[in-house]
Amino acid sequence: MDISTTQYKRCDVVKMNGRVDSNTAPMLEEVLTSLTQNGRYKIVFDMTDVDFISSKGWWVLIETQKVCRRYNRGEVVLACIQDRIRDSLNLVGMGSYFKIFNDVTSAVASF
Amino acid sequence: MVTVIFPGRLESLADIRDFVVQAAKRAGFDEKDVYAVELAVDEACTNIIEHAYGNQESGEIECTCDVREGEIVIVLRDHGKPFDPDKIPEPNFSVGLAELKPRGAGLFIMKKMMDEVKFTFDSKKGNTLRMVKRKKPEDYP
Repeated sequence: MDISTTQYKRCDVVKMNGRVDSNTAPMLEEVLTSLTQNGRYKIVFDMTDVDFISSKGWWVLIETQKVCRRYNRGEVVLACIQDRIRDSLNLVGMGSYFKIFNDVTSAVASF
Repeated sequence: MVTVIFPGRLESLADIRDFVVQAAKRAGFDEKDVYAVELAVDEACTNIIEHAYGNQESGEIECTCDVREGEIVIVLRDHGKPFDPDKIPEPNFSVGLAELKPRGAGLFIMKKMMDEVKFTFDSKKGNTLRMVKRKKPEDYP
């Protein structure tokens, strides 16, 4: 599983491939925490190559969302989420905490 | 019916998911339902590893997949602490972000993804979790 971060002028794009479960979520948490600790609160999570995400992964994203939205200084948005993951997210009811974009360009442009 | 025993640690999650995904695909479920089974089993096994076994990496998880006419039955057994689902409060995803508490979603997700979720505890056999996913009528050939 790989995670890369690309810094743009107005936001950062975090791209991960593989499956986010309780075993791998700490890696994602480390990357996101490193961004927010450096004052980077506008984050696009590119989910093109994320094949699976458990509640542990969603909690990492939700906790990061809390930090980013504080004082209206930014937010985490999701891009290119696969249909089956999106369906499960909406069925559980956690989808309302994120803006979702169909492509990374639109997500970056939203900031 | 196929049974595999996995070590009760987080590193096993990917292998357990692969095992049930193969069974669900063999059963002819569509992509969305295969993912639902994968997610429910991952959440169940994470609970076993983190709560029943307390992250001690000492126990095992016995996973049985039974493909039947129009459904798949998945049984997970462990010998960790007894699990009482009635003591787990449901998460509330209608609250604002700041009030959202990061806990208790596993069981909730399992119930949302599967048609049946049933826990039993026996002092000799340990915890048994039986989950069933049924095909929708339109999935039949």
